[in-house]
Amino acid sequence: MIRALGYRAAQAVLVALLVGVLTFLMMQALPGDMAFRIAAGRYGYDAVNAAAADAVRQELGLDRPAIEAFGLWLRDLLRLDFGTSVISGAPVIDEIRHQLGASLQLAGAALALSLLIGPPVGVLAGLRAGGWLDRGLLVVSTALRSVPQFLMGLILIVLVSIHLGWLPAAGHGRPAHFILPSLTLALGLAAVSARIARDAMAGVAASPFYAFGRWKGLSEGQMFRRHGLRNIGVALVTFLGLQFVMLVEGVVVIESIFGWPGIGHALVHAIFGRDVPMVQGTALLLGLGFVALNAAVDLAAHWIDPRGARA
Amino acid sequence: MLSRRLASAAVIAVLSTAAFSTAAFAHDGVLDIAAPFEIKDADPVTSGNIFIKMDVAETLVNVDAEGRLTPGLATAWQASDDGLEWRFTLREGVLFHDGSPFTAEAAANALNVARAKPGLLETAPIAGIAADGKDLVVRLSESFAPLPAFLSEYRSLIYAPAAYAQDGRVTEVIGTGAYRVTRLEAPLRLEAEAFADYWGGAPGIDRATYQAVGRAETRALLAESGDADYVFNLDPASTTRLASVNTVEILTVSVPRTLLLKVNAGHPALSDPRARQALSMAIDREGLAQAILRFPAGGTQLFPPAVGEWHSDDLEPLAYDPDAARALLAELGWTPGDDGILTRGDERFSLVLTTFPDRPELPLSAAVLQQMFAEIGVEMVIDSTNSSEIPVRHADGTLDLALINRNFALVPDPLGTLLTDYAPSGDWGAMNWDNPEFTSLIRALAQGKGGPSERLRAIEILQADLPVIPIAWYQQTAAVSKGITGAVIDPYERNIGLKDIRWAE
Repeated sequence: MIRALGYRAAQAVLVALLVGVLTFLMMQALPGDMAFRIAAGRYGYDAVNAAAADAVRQELGLDRPAIEAFGLWLRDLLRLDFGTSVISGAPVIDEIRHQLGASLQLAGAALALSLLIGPPVGVLAGLRAGGWLDRGLLVVSTALRSVPQFLMGLILIVLVSIHLGWLPAAGHGRPAHFILPSLTLALGLAAVSARIARDAMAGVAASPFYAFGRWKGLSEGQMFRRHGLRNIGVALVTFLGLQFVMLVEGVVVIESIFGWPGIGHALVHAIFGRDVPMVQGTALLLGLGFVALNAAVDLAAHWIDPRGARA
Repeated sequence: MLSRRLASAAVIAVLSTAAFSTAAFAHDGVLDIAAPFEIKDADPVTSGNIFIKMDVAETLVNVDAEGRLTPGLATAWQASDDGLEWRFTLREGVLFHDGSPFTAEAAANALNVARAKPGLLETAPIAGIAADGKDLVVRLSESFAPLPAFLSEYRSLIYAPAAYAQDGRVTEVIGTGAYRVTRLEAPLRLEAEAFADYWGGAPGIDRATYQAVGRAETRALLAESGDADYVFNLDPASTTRLASVNTVEILTVSVPRTLLLKVNAGHPALSDPRARQALSMAIDREGLAQAILRFPAGGTQLFPPAVGEWHSDDLEPLAYDPDAARALLAELGWTPGDDGILTRGDERFSLVLTTFPDRPELPLSAAVLQQMFAEIGVEMVIDSTNSSEIPVRHADGTLDLALINRNFALVPDPLGTLLTDYAPSGDWGAMNWDNPEFTSLIRALAQGKGGPSERLRAIEILQADLPVIPIAWYQQTAAVSKGITGAVIDPYERNIGLKDIRWAE
């Protein structure tokens, strides 16, 4: 286990270096004059002109060699300083905290909601494989999965906000604002996690040890708690880790529909505006976040099924 | 069993729709504004257009709906006889949101900080801004009539000295407006509350929020659901749909913004004014405006009627006449090649049009223009890229054509824009075009010399010489909840009447 964690730590360092170098090189390779792009990002599309670009070039020292800028970034990073955004002038870490924080809150709420919906339904279907719930779930989950998320978002807004008037259509700041965007994401996620849970559960329920448990007279509840849950656990937890990563990607569309401040939106604008410190900081934190998530999934899987480590 | 429960839930849901729809007029005590513009930071130079709309900060000079200058934080202004010194009498008894008094020193400080940054103020011939007793004095290097108009622009907002860091960076919004910022969450959200010590009396509604929503569909849905009380910048499709929603009123105003084709007048195929006239005659303006912008406002001259005295009904309107266009091009020696595209010796009439997708109608209009130009044998390749490529290609001379839209009322007097864009050229205006008569006319007007006949002569030159080809005039559309009264839509896109809005009885 310790070896596994050490491996993840080494991976984190490698990811940090790779992400730093790659984002830097990619930002340098993007076409267009950086000073003009930054000026357009700052002052808006019809206020950018040669004078504004020159002022930006002067202020940020864009004339100096790129390698020097990279060296400065690396030096600051070692001091845990992410630098300041070239567009807003605010510390990058504050911007990321606000925007990545908002994305993570939304992703977390969506994941929690999908956990409440997906796996329980999947387990019930898997226990009676071939029953009406199982067949119905196949239809519903296929349908939910095939509706694009932006369409699902709009359908929910029209239905819940406009026709029923129950929840705000979009926005950010009150708890009620969480419900629609996280539900939109959760329905898509639950559609898949229900299928995974159903397949895992059906496999376990059809296994000889499950049948033996029944023969020796355990009730369905006892069977599920003692022999079912743990056996489907590893598959589910591993899949949830994967889902979280997919969520952070998928959240971009939802953020834009629901007017939610988020990292997807921030990253796209930072790339348009050639906000190198912001792009580097965000990519770095996301990369490290994924390593941490993988480590957490490893730990959880190990706790659920310790056999792998002993072998 | 479950299915029966589901069915009854559905019935309840449908029934409750009727009950809730009447609740749309009920308000939560907060006035919610939604618009596409994102907040970059607290600085007027980058986000002042939002702070001025939200009435959190004010300028020395205001503008009414007809474009006349009215008192703001300054109550009166007067130029010296030689026109080199402007004296602004400032309003007394005004407090900033941090409790500090509004003084001439504070105003001078704010304007000097803004002047050091890129923007409109930087282009005015200002030699110095300083307090003189209770007055603010602006010294000029040459006389400059539009100065008060320049000070009405959002980048000239006055903040308290405490809002600025040592290096001129703006750390906080501390204005004098009717609302005080309580929370600023860039890029999407601002919350404000009524400022009890506002010099003009407290506003009608205690709390207001601003939400930036990039997607037009979402903004329309916010208006329809009643979550936003004032929604700015509707797209044409949503405007049509919202017109039938009975809780919402649609406000429309024609704004001094023009869709236009920036032309490289130094390009071998475009240097003759007749070539530019031919391109202009190939454009079916009414058709394009109706199809893409969904309102009948083909731009038959550069300035729309909203610009007042710079628009003239005496001007011969730019007309659609593809046959005459072909004849003009033939006159210039162009003959159709095998593929229908015009050639002249080794030259092929093929141009690259640069545009950008920040406003969705631009690439769409570009595609329509491509078809229209093909009709007269001109090939056009569309390059939809970042907006900053236009000034870049202007500077290095590689631009052929650019499709842009230009707001001629960044200051209420278009002189400012004409000076930077057309006298003789500018990043968002003429390119490789130098008309000495036009330049001297505009410079003289800027110095306060000349009147209506000089203005008319200047726009006649633009109309005949076509350094840019006007295509359509814009309208601004907003959806306002019928739960509020007093909202306005400003042709100068400066304010929304926030402090005068009340809940409807």
